Amino acid sequence: MNAITVKNLTKQYTGTLAVDDISFTVAQGSVVGLLGGNGAGKTTTISMLLGLLVPTAGTLTVLGHDMAKDRFAALAKMNFSSPYIALPQKLTVAENLRVYGHLYNVPKLSRRIEELAAQFNLGGLLNRLAGELSAGQKTRVALAKSLINRPDLLLLDEPTASLDPDTGDFVRTALETYRRESGAAILLASHNMAEVERLCDDVLMMKQGKIVDRGTPDDLIARYGRDDLEQVFLDIARSGAEAGA
Amino acid sequence: MNPAVRRVWGLVYRHLTLYRRSWPRIAEIAYWPTLQLLIWGFTAQFFSHAHGSPAAMAGGALIAGVLLWEITLRGQLGVTITFLEDIWSRNLGHVFVSPLRPTELVISLLTVSFFRTMVGLLPALLIAYLLYAYNILALGPVLFFFFVNLMVMGWWVALLIVSLLFRYGAGAESLAWTIAFGITPFACVFYPLSALPVWLQPVALVLPPEHIFAGMRAALFTHQMAWSELAMAALLNVLWMALAAAVFAGQFRAARVRGALISIGE
Repeated sequence: MNAITVKNLTKQYTGTLAVDDISFTVAQGSVVGLLGGNGAGKTTTISMLLGLLVPTAGTLTVLGHDMAKDRFAALAKMNFSSPYIALPQKLTVAENLRVYGHLYNVPKLSRRIEELAAQFNLGGLLNRLAGELSAGQKTRVALAKSLINRPDLLLLDEPTASLDPDTGDFVRTALETYRRESGAAILLASHNMAEVERLCDDVLMMKQGKIVDRGTPDDLIARYGRDDLEQVFLDIARSGAEAGA
Repeated sequence: MNPAVRRVWGLVYRHLTLYRRSWPRIAEIAYWPTLQLLIWGFTAQFFSHAHGSPAAMAGGALIAGVLLWEITLRGQLGVTITFLEDIWSRNLGHVFVSPLRPTELVISLLTVSFFRTMVGLLPALLIAYLLYAYNILALGPVLFFFFVNLMVMGWWVALLIVSLLFRYGAGAESLAWTIAFGITPFACVFYPLSALPVWLQPVALVLPPEHIFAGMRAALFTHQMAWSELAMAALLNVLWMALAAAVFAGQFRAARVRGALISIGE
């Protein structure tokens, strides 16, 4: 079963084609990387998957729900994390988790918060204001929030941006553990190629609103005759060939 | 707990928790109603001492007008500032990708607005009683109908302002503080409809407060209840609320098409 099925998805703003007729699937239990340079269409694609943005054309089916007709049923079973969206700074970590626990109708919420606190080393932070935390601590809290409802699908927009290597590794390990234990699907937009190589089963390369290539990290590296995914990324980003190759 | 009720409670809890920890926010809620009452209360007291009984009655109407109109102003600000709090904290993205429906978002905003209005008005009610020996509760059960109508008016004005925030982003936030105050001249809070120029009177007549305050003056001066005025106010509120809800739904949908939900804080 696919967690995500996207068919002929297009988003046109006035004068800009942000996403240009893309189709892809994400299998349940897999981790798929969404890569591309700035303005490639990754955030627009994720926004449409989250129901924040209405597509100009095409269909989105998430966890068996048509996002055009039944997006709230899908949203209840998925979650999202991005360093660019904050949690209320004047609420404590525990209060923030409680708010989102209510929004996602999480049963036995206090127990779930304790589990997440243990998993993400938040025990000493639960009564601290979110605004007083370091960037690494905020990322751990944001990740705990994104797992509060035990989502079947997790959408992550640069989850380790601006983190030190130790915290970045902590986050990646937590994601691997969650995926292994829950069987959830993860769609990961990232500019950290080492992270993508480590976490992702499959990679979608986007450029100018199109998916220009797809494969496992190893496949892509072999196909482009390169040593790592970063070199593949640069080849694609700097190639003169138009998208759709 | 029903999931929809729980989602509404989640957002209400988020804001109540914020106020619990922030005395400046609570002080701000009560500051303007208290200040307004002090200014107009002393003014009313001055005229009643200088000019005797008719002026005392007018003074009573002035104080009642200040207190009741604050219900609309506080009700409106309660919704828009609560919405703006989530814009300012860059948290709306998380709220909009949760299963919270737009109607539940609105119910949450209205609930927080109700609590804010109560907290804002209580000190003013107390001051009116202690300083001016004015007890607005003496209006009797009809006060409930005034309260509901004025609160509902504050809410539909607020929904229209939130719709403008969807359309123009946080750049339109100054409207939250200005629009309802701008309606005041046409609301006939402190004077009857006949005090307005003839060409402005139709504007006042399509707004609920003209009818509510006409009813208030009738209750104060003649001790008669103008039920027809209250019924007209209620009808107008239903029509304006339906219009505001349609505009809100339309602008929410349009914001999802334009991508404005992602950049609403800019």
